Amino acid sequence: MATPYLLLLPAFALYVIFTAYPVFRQFDISFFNWHIFPGASNPFVGLSNYRQIFHDPIVRTAAFNSFLWIVLTVPPQMAIGLFAAGTVADRLPGSALWRAAVYIPVVTSLVVVSWVFSYIFSSQGGIANAVVGFFAGHRESIDWTARTWTGNGVMWLLTIWKGVGWSFIIFLAALDNVPRDLLEAARIDGASEPRVWRSVVIPSLRAAITFVTVLLVIGAAQTFAQVYLVTNGGPGNSTQTLMSYIRQQAFIDFSFGYAAALASLVALVLFGFSWAEIHVLRQQDL
Amino acid sequence: MAKPVLSSTGLFGTRPRARLRLAIAVALSLLSLGPLIYMFLLSFQSNNDIQGDTVVLPTHLTTSNYVQAWTDNSFGHYFANSIFVALATVVITVSLSSLAAFAFARYKFPGRELIFYTFLASLAIPPVLLIIPQYLLLDRLHLIDSLVGLVLLYVSFNLPFMIFFLRGFFAAIPREYEEAFRLDGAGTLRVIVRLFAPLSLPALALVSMFTFSMAWDEFPLALTMLNTPSHFTLPIGLADFIQAHGTLWGPFFAGSVIATAPVVIVFVVTQRWSRRGVSLGGLR
Repeated sequence: MATPYLLLLPAFALYVIFTAYPVFRQFDISFFNWHIFPGASNPFVGLSNYRQIFHDPIVRTAAFNSFLWIVLTVPPQMAIGLFAAGTVADRLPGSALWRAAVYIPVVTSLVVVSWVFSYIFSSQGGIANAVVGFFAGHRESIDWTARTWTGNGVMWLLTIWKGVGWSFIIFLAALDNVPRDLLEAARIDGASEPRVWRSVVIPSLRAAITFVTVLLVIGAAQTFAQVYLVTNGGPGNSTQTLMSYIRQQAFIDFSFGYAAALASLVALVLFGFSWAEIHVLRQQDL
Repeated sequence: MAKPVLSSTGLFGTRPRARLRLAIAVALSLLSLGPLIYMFLLSFQSNNDIQGDTVVLPTHLTTSNYVQAWTDNSFGHYFANSIFVALATVVITVSLSSLAAFAFARYKFPGRELIFYTFLASLAIPPVLLIIPQYLLLDRLHLIDSLVGLVLLYVSFNLPFMIFFLRGFFAAIPREYEEAFRLDGAGTLRVIVRLFAPLSLPALALVSMFTFSMAWDEFPLALTMLNTPSHFTLPIGLADFIQAHGTLWGPFFAGSVIATAPVVIVFVVTQRWSRRGVSLGGLR
């Protein structure tokens, strides 16, 4: 009778110590003016860290950027991923090769990808300026990553490029469940192709779409590496995201309490969102 | 003469449109691999060529970037650290999640639902957001700047999804197999290692691949928890390199190729095994 508990013990213990406990610990720290230095006093400040969040203009910028990040990178990843999956799902020569090629960006390091894109868009030898120069006919070189919107654009682009393969692989598996006889029936009834997709293909992918949406939104909301490496939040904090700002507050400015409050708040919002989505997912009886 | 069956049951229209789809697939593949191929080509060029304002063919090819990256800039050392972290994470995650998944798939016991949902809840919490309390925890355990500390965080992060995923696979294995095995006197551990693991090879390959690439590429936690250059993993080493040397692109791209090759190899190798594993085992 003790067997299942013994089997679960190592996994559960590790999980509780390194994931579950930190969730509560973070909440705890968020009520203190916390310092990491040994011997420093950490006065209890109640909700003051939380109050500060709502008066911090950089939080507003970072929250807006994180929101943009979700809205501008998640739908393209899903659309291109679904399109690519639809393209190779049916019998196609060399399909194993195409599958591998589209997925490989997912397993490459964000550090590598961030710097490769930084180089592509750099003002020294970058290919982007050469292309722009070729079409625009002038040779003025743009330092893309040093400006707010072009910097953001480069980071969104690399995020989409790196992410497409992931939703592609999930959609590819889910497309197996599309009832082919229904496709045939719909076409015999004279349904147009967009109509066939809307009424047959998309509904049978609903569970996969929910799953992909939840995980991509969570992923986009915790964007850090790109910002840290490509623009470092600049110029003047204008490309900061919530996660890059949280880490800066904690490990550059050493405001652990404030950063913990911000992290707790973001976690709570995301948890609410995911819980709602997973609830929908379970209702659909996947 | 009847049309082939595929025609009206295809995803894209009433004709297979193989040629059009092939063209799209090639285009998407080139877009996906383009920046990586570009990086690979740049890694064999001198720094002057890389930074010059022409994008025409390089004046000469060189392997000096690799020598410089591997020997002068301790990429060999980062590589060894990354291998250790990734392999340790894979071995521990696969073992522990197999045990736990077996418990969920085969036993009914008090607290089963509660424990399962405790695991599941973390899928909704972005792990990077726990960086502050995890830093304080490792600090107290004297595991800051330690690869072991990093491995423990990675395992803990990977466990819930892998348990969730493997549970679905294990539940699908017929009970008769297990009973026959037990009649021969096998204990639970033996059933898991000798029966369930081999039967779930595609799923285990997939779990290993996901875990390996996560541990190999992870950036924010490693950046925060490791301080000493001799403890750096490849992503931190690469980031540090650019920040220390500015735009010394040649050796950097060589280092990037070194950092990219193992995950791509692991992916290609496991892909053979995991073809059927991708059918979202745990999600049903």
